[in-house]
Amino acid sequence: MVLLQRPHILLLLIDTHQFLQCWIAFGSANEEGQQQEEFSEELLVKPLPDHKLLAHFHFQSSAPPSTSNGCHHHLFPKAISQLVQKFRVKEMELSFTQGRWNYESWGGFDPISSSNAKPPGVELWAVFDVPQHHIDASWKNLTHTLSGLFCASINFLESTATYSTPEWSFPPASGNVRYGTFPCEAVCTENLTPWLRLLPCRDKAGIALLLDRPSLYRGFYHSQRLHLTSTESSSEGIDSGIILEQTLTVVLQPNSERAIEVHASEKHVQPSWSLSSIFGKQVSGRCVLAKSSSVYLLLDRGLVAELKFPNKENGKSAANGLTSENFWSNPSFELSVNPDRIFLEESSSHSKSLSILYMFQVEKYSESEPFDIGLMWKVPVAWLCQQTPLHASRFLMGSGNERGAIAISLKSTQFTEGFMSANSKDGSCELRVDVFQVVPWYVKVYFHSLRVFVDQQPRAVSDFIEKIHVSPSKDKMSPGVMEVVLKLPCRVNTAALTIEFDKGFLRIDEYPPDANQGFDIPSAIISFPNFHASMVFLEDDSLNRSPLLSKFQDKCPVMSYTEVLLVPLTTPDFSMPYNVSTIKCTVFALYFGSLLNVLQRRVAEEERFLKAKAAKKTGRLPLLLSKLSAKLRGSGINQD
Amino acid sequence: MEKLKKKIRSFSFWNWVIASIIFRLILIYFPKNLNLSSRPEVSTPLTSFRRLAEGYWLKQSSMSSYAGSMYHGSPLLLSLLGPLTVKRIEGQPNHLLYSLVSVIADVVSAMLIRATGQNLRLAYLRGLESLDLVKQIDVSEFLFSGDIAALIYLCNPFTIVACVGLSTSPIENMAVILCLYGACSRLIPLAAFGWVIATHLSLYPAILIIPVIFLLGCGPDSPPRKLFLQRHQQKEVLNQSKLPPGFSWGPIIHFAFWAFLWSVYVLVLCGISLKQFGGLWEMFKSTYGFILTVEDLSPNIGVLWYFFAEVFEFFRNFFLIVFHVNILFMILPLAIRLRHRPCYLAFVYVAICSMLKSYPSVGDSALYLGLLGWFVNELADMQFSLFLFCGYVGVSLLSPVMHNLWIWRGTGNANFYFTTAMVYACLQIVLVVEGVSAVLNHDRKLRIRITGKPQDAKS
Repeated sequence: MVLLQRPHILLLLIDTHQFLQCWIAFGSANEEGQQQEEFSEELLVKPLPDHKLLAHFHFQSSAPPSTSNGCHHHLFPKAISQLVQKFRVKEMELSFTQGRWNYESWGGFDPISSSNAKPPGVELWAVFDVPQHHIDASWKNLTHTLSGLFCASINFLESTATYSTPEWSFPPASGNVRYGTFPCEAVCTENLTPWLRLLPCRDKAGIALLLDRPSLYRGFYHSQRLHLTSTESSSEGIDSGIILEQTLTVVLQPNSERAIEVHASEKHVQPSWSLSSIFGKQVSGRCVLAKSSSVYLLLDRGLVAELKFPNKENGKSAANGLTSENFWSNPSFELSVNPDRIFLEESSSHSKSLSILYMFQVEKYSESEPFDIGLMWKVPVAWLCQQTPLHASRFLMGSGNERGAIAISLKSTQFTEGFMSANSKDGSCELRVDVFQVVPWYVKVYFHSLRVFVDQQPRAVSDFIEKIHVSPSKDKMSPGVMEVVLKLPCRVNTAALTIEFDKGFLRIDEYPPDANQGFDIPSAIISFPNFHASMVFLEDDSLNRSPLLSKFQDKCPVMSYTEVLLVPLTTPDFSMPYNVSTIKCTVFALYFGSLLNVLQRRVAEEERFLKAKAAKKTGRLPLLLSKLSAKLRGSGINQD
Repeated sequence: MEKLKKKIRSFSFWNWVIASIIFRLILIYFPKNLNLSSRPEVSTPLTSFRRLAEGYWLKQSSMSSYAGSMYHGSPLLLSLLGPLTVKRIEGQPNHLLYSLVSVIADVVSAMLIRATGQNLRLAYLRGLESLDLVKQIDVSEFLFSGDIAALIYLCNPFTIVACVGLSTSPIENMAVILCLYGACSRLIPLAAFGWVIATHLSLYPAILIIPVIFLLGCGPDSPPRKLFLQRHQQKEVLNQSKLPPGFSWGPIIHFAFWAFLWSVYVLVLCGISLKQFGGLWEMFKSTYGFILTVEDLSPNIGVLWYFFAEVFEFFRNFFLIVFHVNILFMILPLAIRLRHRPCYLAFVYVAICSMLKSYPSVGDSALYLGLLGWFVNELADMQFSLFLFCGYVGVSLLSPVMHNLWIWRGTGNANFYFTTAMVYACLQIVLVVEGVSAVLNHDRKLRIRITGKPQDAKS
């Protein structure tokens, strides 16, 4: 019964969809051809050097400008378009992340890592197209809307003490950016479900079918991201409407029991995997509403360079050997499905070898013949992912709960060595590093204590810091922001920035429920604006370009996030409010009472003198009063 | 014989001064090991050296020095002392020049205390003479209170720690002492300058205007005026020349004029240095506002920080008002009872302020302990003086231990440290109360000597 019903619904959906598309096409016949809502789904799988697997889901929906389409949507989520219209969001990115991206073994110099490796917890930034004095109000409303939309505590970013205004170090450089992070947010399925609800097919069909919750959250790294670009209200250039880009990046450990059985002796062999073994599900056809639906397998530059080796021994030309159609029966690995197409990267400036992309069209598959690719390694391979020019890490110095120091250390990687050797001819080679650091107000940073260490030698700050922008923190009002542009010589081995801070003391009700756990300092963003992570693949037809691949071609600067720091703060005794108030007030009463007593005390002789004086001066009123009091006293005694 | 005694005294006085200066210099030469500048007892948010350096850094990078909530001092202090925070001499300790300024400020304060003390002693002797009590009281037993006060101020560990710990309290104390010195020796412009600067730097010395008015109006400390009248009634001769002068308004108007002039001058200077930023309003908000609202809850030797960390937000404003009004409440009764002793009144006010102020440090205690030396003769019969001395020693030893247990080791908690702060506050209360009572008793004793009735010497 169910089997019978499903195709009907699908057919109905297809029909509706086609009808709508026709209708839209009819409605906008006079305008440009691309004025319709589009949706595409893609999945990129990439083996990682440390026996893990990266899966990167990319869903993109776009809506034409509302001027041509009104506020009715067919594919595009209405909640998002309303949000864009209401708060006039120009660009926005929201990410939920669990785990930490391992820059050393998973690489940092490719489009995936520089735009999808995110700091733990929630990160939100937005660019608004409203006058300067309305931005904060828009931001507040946006955080509340998003927290309702995604069932997350994004509304904590509402208070001015949690978000900041980066001046120039943040990529979409302009004064209208607001940036906030909430590192201690626990990301779970309750955040994923509303995220999936924005997709036209949810997780009922297409590639999203693979999103099996237990296997996703079993991974080492999990980051779901929502990127929004709107050109609705921009005055300049093309009006392309709203583009919503939803990505989910997971790093998983393939279940490789079989591999261990077979190659028990060899530990270096990569685990073999298939989509069904990782996710426990298979793709049964595409989401019918999607314009394109494809799965990619990316082989890293480093991996390709390693794979060339056996070919070279055979005396063949490496590139030819790899791109040849019968590559799946390669000596080093085996693919379970024939790829539909193979792309080879255009030569890049930073690396000698080129990466390879296999494309699989999901459209061909159906429920009866589900899509499932598998990769079987035959020989052990070891390679390294391309890393950021400098590996950044951050740590705390000092002990005790009074003060400390934050240190950001930059270490050269194998990349810098290559870069340096390439540029060694001209002596004045410089490496530009941007550091963006936000510290919450209770970490009171002394900006005058900024020190620079290059190759472990303390150096003058002005020699290496080209530009610095600081906005000091205000207690309970705004966080401290530090933006630094470092110019380092290319031959640098290590560089470090240290800055001292005092730990603040909070009021008793400002501590979170588990106060002794500590407080998070959000990740610093280290970016290398002179380096761009982009992958340009040779394509024949530029018209039918996939959004994921065009995203790869964008020149985005290489960025990496440092670790989140956990700062323990001193706590007061939480059970003491009444005791403290009573003891304190007692001491004050003691002071007040005893001092007044001393001041108005008269010794016996003085008293007598005063009495005599009073007796002399007795007028009518005192006499009356004394009589009255005597009477009262007398009556009191009588009553007793 | 008398001359020789004086010579020995003055010789040993200068010896002690030099010894205390050398001791300071020795401590300055190893500041790294001491780390006094970040002790909570020494550097409060208002007097901290690091915050001063941060304010100067912000100013140098063309930002308002009040941009963050780091610096809460005066802009004048920043322009005067700021450059010293970054200046370095090769081979010398980091903040040598700044420390030298603190040492000089300490020495100047001590000299001013000495001069004022001598002034007070002369006034006191004159008072005794006009009461014909000189024969009854052995004048040679009279201690040289000026020297004692100056030495107490210079050799007090609290002063040394505040000086070596690079806090700004030596400068603030100097302004207060300058004000009292000017008023005692009738240098009205100087008194007005001291009062304006002291108020500008730390707000609380504003209430010193009452003792200054009394000082200018009827001269330095003397036995109550009533005694003189009584004495002359007894002798049945009204010798006007022997009576102390009555209250005169001339110098006070003079003082008000100068105070107005100096405050306009200071405000104009501040306004100029803050012109491109928030202006004067921002300065008042982040100096006086910060003092009055107790925003910073970092531990210090006072009692307000823990109270406001623990008290419910709902009551915060109420208690802020209560605690600040507590200082004001006592002004009037004290002024009435001690109006014939304006310097002692100033001492009591300073002690009360340093006990109840929002961010007290040992520098404030150093000031009132130094001033205490002026009244060694009057306070000779004070009760609990040994107990107080032991209490001060005990608290100053225990407080760092408790702080260490709480902040650094994590084995103690905040209550440990707060207890020492409470004990310290109680000691100060006992000191003030007993001090006031001792001076009042001293006046009573004088009267008994005049009237010749020995009964009821003490209540």
